[in-house]
Amino acid sequence: MNVLAASFAPGLDPDPPLLAVRGLAKHYGTTLGCRDVAFDLWPGEVLGIVGESGSGKTTLLNCLSAQIEADAGEILYRCRDGEEVDFRTLPEARKRALLRGEWGLVHQNPRDGLRLRVSAGANIGERLMAQGARHYGGIRGEATGWLTRVEIDAARTDDLPLHFSGGMQQRLQIARTLVTQPRLVFMDEPTGGLDVSVQARLLDLIRGLVDEVGASCIVVTHDLAVARLLAHRLMVMKAGCVVEQGLTDQVLDDPHHPYTQLLVSSVLQV
Amino acid sequence: MSETGYNFAYLDEQTKRMIRRAILKAVAIPGYQVPFAGREMPLPYGWGTGGIQVTAAVIGADDTLKVIDQGADDTTNAVSIRRFFQKTAGVDTTTETAAASLIQTRHRIPEEPLTEAQILVYQVPIPEPLRWMEARESETRKMHALTEYGVMHVRLYEDIAHLGRIVKSYDYPVRVNGRYIMAPSPIPKFDNPKMDHMPALQLFGAGREKRIYAVPPYTSVVSLDFEDHPFEVQTWSDGCALCGATDSYLDEVVIDDKGGRMMVCSDTDYCEKRRAAGHLGPMSAPYAETEAAR
Repeated sequence: MNVLAASFAPGLDPDPPLLAVRGLAKHYGTTLGCRDVAFDLWPGEVLGIVGESGSGKTTLLNCLSAQIEADAGEILYRCRDGEEVDFRTLPEARKRALLRGEWGLVHQNPRDGLRLRVSAGANIGERLMAQGARHYGGIRGEATGWLTRVEIDAARTDDLPLHFSGGMQQRLQIARTLVTQPRLVFMDEPTGGLDVSVQARLLDLIRGLVDEVGASCIVVTHDLAVARLLAHRLMVMKAGCVVEQGLTDQVLDDPHHPYTQLLVSSVLQV
Repeated sequence: MSETGYNFAYLDEQTKRMIRRAILKAVAIPGYQVPFAGREMPLPYGWGTGGIQVTAAVIGADDTLKVIDQGADDTTNAVSIRRFFQKTAGVDTTTETAAASLIQTRHRIPEEPLTEAQILVYQVPIPEPLRWMEARESETRKMHALTEYGVMHVRLYEDIAHLGRIVKSYDYPVRVNGRYIMAPSPIPKFDNPKMDHMPALQLFGAGREKRIYAVPPYTSVVSLDFEDHPFEVQTWSDGCALCGATDSYLDEVVIDDKGGRMMVCSDTDYCEKRRAAGHLGPMSAPYAETEAAR
């Protein structure tokens, strides 16, 4: 199945994968978080991770994005300069430099990913300043540009995210993440907690921006509609294990594993 | 006359050794905050417990001590700390900047340039410059270790975005020796340039937070800024009302209940010296007259 998925991946070109995960496992004491997770992610590809609550999706994402420490396995990442590194064995300074520069993380709750008490502009500018931008005008220009791109009125550059609606906060978080042109973006339920019409707009936006920036994406969601819209490829998780992976349409239209069949059939058709 | 029943300079010798070790480490790593086992001192936190411990650890019997509080030698904090060391160490004290070998300061650097023969001890309330952006100590230590200082500029950015310029006017963050970001204690940013390549040793003691840090002599101290919003210090349209100085940091003093105000040097010693030398401001009586009135 792995081989099949690989050969059908959109990157038919001979580019090596951006991220290769092998045998990743995480236990919380005796409780299983996830185990035996293996996949490849190609440049520009969006990988969806679906499954029910407690299936280990977020654990997996947190392991990958260095929020928590995995117990075993390899996370092989190809850096911008072509060097391949095992993320888990990198010194912390390199890890944080990668997280700051080449990777981005969009939290489920925008309040986790934003500084609510500094202005929207500074939120976007923070990653730029962390990378050494020291020209106020330049930083501000970039910030207003990105606000416009995520459909937030540029007049609100100096307002606090605290006073933004949930949808605006989420879009601001996305702008803040994408401003440094990351190569790999992790998203945990990016549309969670938003109402349906806002969700649809946001999904459109994410799809467009990710494409524009040329980032690879790993999106965790329990919503199959989100997965269908965003992801090129899907990984289905159950009880900490990956039970099926393949092209999104293939997995959703012709599910093989009984659990995937259950998952797909339990979606309400309106 | 010194009190009996205390060790020289109040602290016991073991404590002084511990503090001196922290100071040595601090001098070796300019701007790095060294934790130390701060002792209870006979004055409340916030009154200079950090500075007083550093002073106690470095003071010798032949030192001449000057203590200033916001530039003044005659305010409660300065007077009581000066008297404390008079009593417990029997050292000479002075109000003259040039005559002092050791100066403990609360929130000012004397206007008169310091020399290699002097040590300046700062009282520090909050030693962590990243504190307002990042509440977790574990995280701020990592940020220092990995030179992750982007958030410091977020704060300055906010000032410019909301108010058009960097309004932070005291405790203005600096980068020491091209490495650590340091809180210079709440001195006005007017004093920041004096820290750069100062011939005197600068020691910082934070009693409540139990941190010591230092800037060795002739070390670069650069105030953070943006390329298009460079660092600048406070300026005043007029000079000191008493001595006419235009190059010193001025305090605003309310003189009546009808909105009357005067601007005077915050450094009292500097102001007095100038008046003694015959400099007069618009509101001053001739110096001899004020001396006669005393």
